[in-house]
Amino acid sequence: MSDITKQSLTELVENIKNKKLSSTDVTKAFIDRSEKSEELNAYITNDFISALDKAKKFDQKPNFNLKLPGIPMAVKDLFCTKNIKTTAGSKILNNFVPTYESTVTENIWNEGAILLGKLNCDEFAMGSSNETSFFGNVQSPIDKNLVPGGSSGGSASAVAGQLTPITIGTDTGGSIRQPASFTGIVGLKPTYGSCSRYGIVAFASSLDQAGPMAQNVKDCALLHEVISSYDPKDSTSIDFKRNHFSKELTNNIKGKKIGIPKEYRVDGMPKEIEDLWQKGIQYIKDCGAETIDISLPNTSYALPTYYIVAPAEASSNLARYDGVKYGFRAKGENLIDMYEKTRSEGFGAEVQRRIMIGTYVLSSGYYDAYYLKAQKVRKLIKNDFDEAYKKVDAILTPSTPSSAFKIGEKTNDPVSMYLNDIFTVPVNLAGLPGISIPAGHDSKGYPLGLQIIGKAFDEQNILNIAYAMEEKISFKNKITDWWIK
Amino acid sequence: MSIDLKTIKHISKLARISVDEQRAEKLVGDLNSIFDFIEKLNELKTDNVEPLTSIAETTLKLRSDEVKSKNIRKQIIKNSPQDNEDYFVVPKVIE
Repeated sequence: MSDITKQSLTELVENIKNKKLSSTDVTKAFIDRSEKSEELNAYITNDFISALDKAKKFDQKPNFNLKLPGIPMAVKDLFCTKNIKTTAGSKILNNFVPTYESTVTENIWNEGAILLGKLNCDEFAMGSSNETSFFGNVQSPIDKNLVPGGSSGGSASAVAGQLTPITIGTDTGGSIRQPASFTGIVGLKPTYGSCSRYGIVAFASSLDQAGPMAQNVKDCALLHEVISSYDPKDSTSIDFKRNHFSKELTNNIKGKKIGIPKEYRVDGMPKEIEDLWQKGIQYIKDCGAETIDISLPNTSYALPTYYIVAPAEASSNLARYDGVKYGFRAKGENLIDMYEKTRSEGFGAEVQRRIMIGTYVLSSGYYDAYYLKAQKVRKLIKNDFDEAYKKVDAILTPSTPSSAFKIGEKTNDPVSMYLNDIFTVPVNLAGLPGISIPAGHDSKGYPLGLQIIGKAFDEQNILNIAYAMEEKISFKNKITDWWIK
Repeated sequence: MSIDLKTIKHISKLARISVDEQRAEKLVGDLNSIFDFIEKLNELKTDNVEPLTSIAETTLKLRSDEVKSKNIRKQIIKNSPQDNEDYFVVPKVIE
């Protein structure tokens, strides 16, 4: 039984289809391991009893034509799940039970998957270490007291720790790719407009995207094919023909041109990261693709731009949490006092900080100097990519400027925490797809990731490059089960 | 540029988040270090750059305004911190 949780999604699907395993076997195994993994604090809410019920029902009347037949899956607690508490990692939504299902999770259940539970994340997805969650920090399966990254930290921890065969996260500035990199798994942030945002608790609407987090590239491609869909309920969802990503996956990337942007060689970047990048360049060449030096001149302005655009959008999106229609309410002497106390007691420090930044940059007299300026620089950053893609098919960079850090190491310095996302943020600003794949270990044995950035709607291409590189890298995640007694 | 205590209090009013003195002082430090970092954007000349307002280069689609979820009033009200039959209840507004 213990071997079940070590299997990839693709293997589990095969084994269920071949009747070597039942959905009940698989679901039981992941529930069992999840129950032994409380120390990771990966779950906010579990739905194990109902999951087993659903698995039994699936086995009684199995449909093997589905893409995820009877596969149990836990999801980030930022996706609204009908009749199941959805908190976004916040006290203010501590008792919120959605009356509807997010489109992305709906797509997953429609293909036969079964909800295991809701995974921990930074509060409203604002954080890079999963330390801002109202429900406590998440431990990395890589090492005790190591952050799993964030904001999809519970998701990363659950996949790397084999608590779920695969999962979904959301990525506004790196929240899928950075935790994937920190925990030695694969994470894809799709093109903006590829996956519906309907039913995802909103953070920054022009940047938010849902995407898969998986043990390998093939699993990632399969889940992406399930979640990417046109959805009239999201006005920025884009109607285009989606690939059968997993079927069309190929490791043949001969002749592809891969750009290496010199601006990603940032000051103070550890040599280990530079070495990893060079190794990646070699793998690309070994696969028969060509690397070309390119320039993305405005890269260093991406993070300051992001820290205007994202908080501005967040301050508007989070205005809805007023203690009236749902969520937490504090007692107040009058209506305004109630609002102010509700928001003061209901939001954590990082969320309040970002709402304050956002409110400031949108306030009268500062809008042009900050928000408009940031929108203009965002245009320049997008232009950089447009220009680069005239010469190359994709871009290779490190995923993060360092490996995972210890819990508590960066909590008192917001700017040093924000610097984690230096390589991932430009991709969100330009609306492009990016995938992080595990590519090696640092001297401490912690995983390091490489990022492949694609043209808009060119997920197939970056999945193929990732697939080809994965074969060459043959990465082995060092999971010691340290948390299991 | 620097953000002072008075500005923090003004923003907290606009954001409808009450902050006590201690929190306000902490926010002065945090926001100043974040804005120092943001000021880097001033190095760039952007006078002739069009602002990027939407990353999805499509026009928004129109759809007919139809009610699709029916009879969920009770479920919605159930999420309210305080309700009275079919209404949300808030502290008294009119004296």
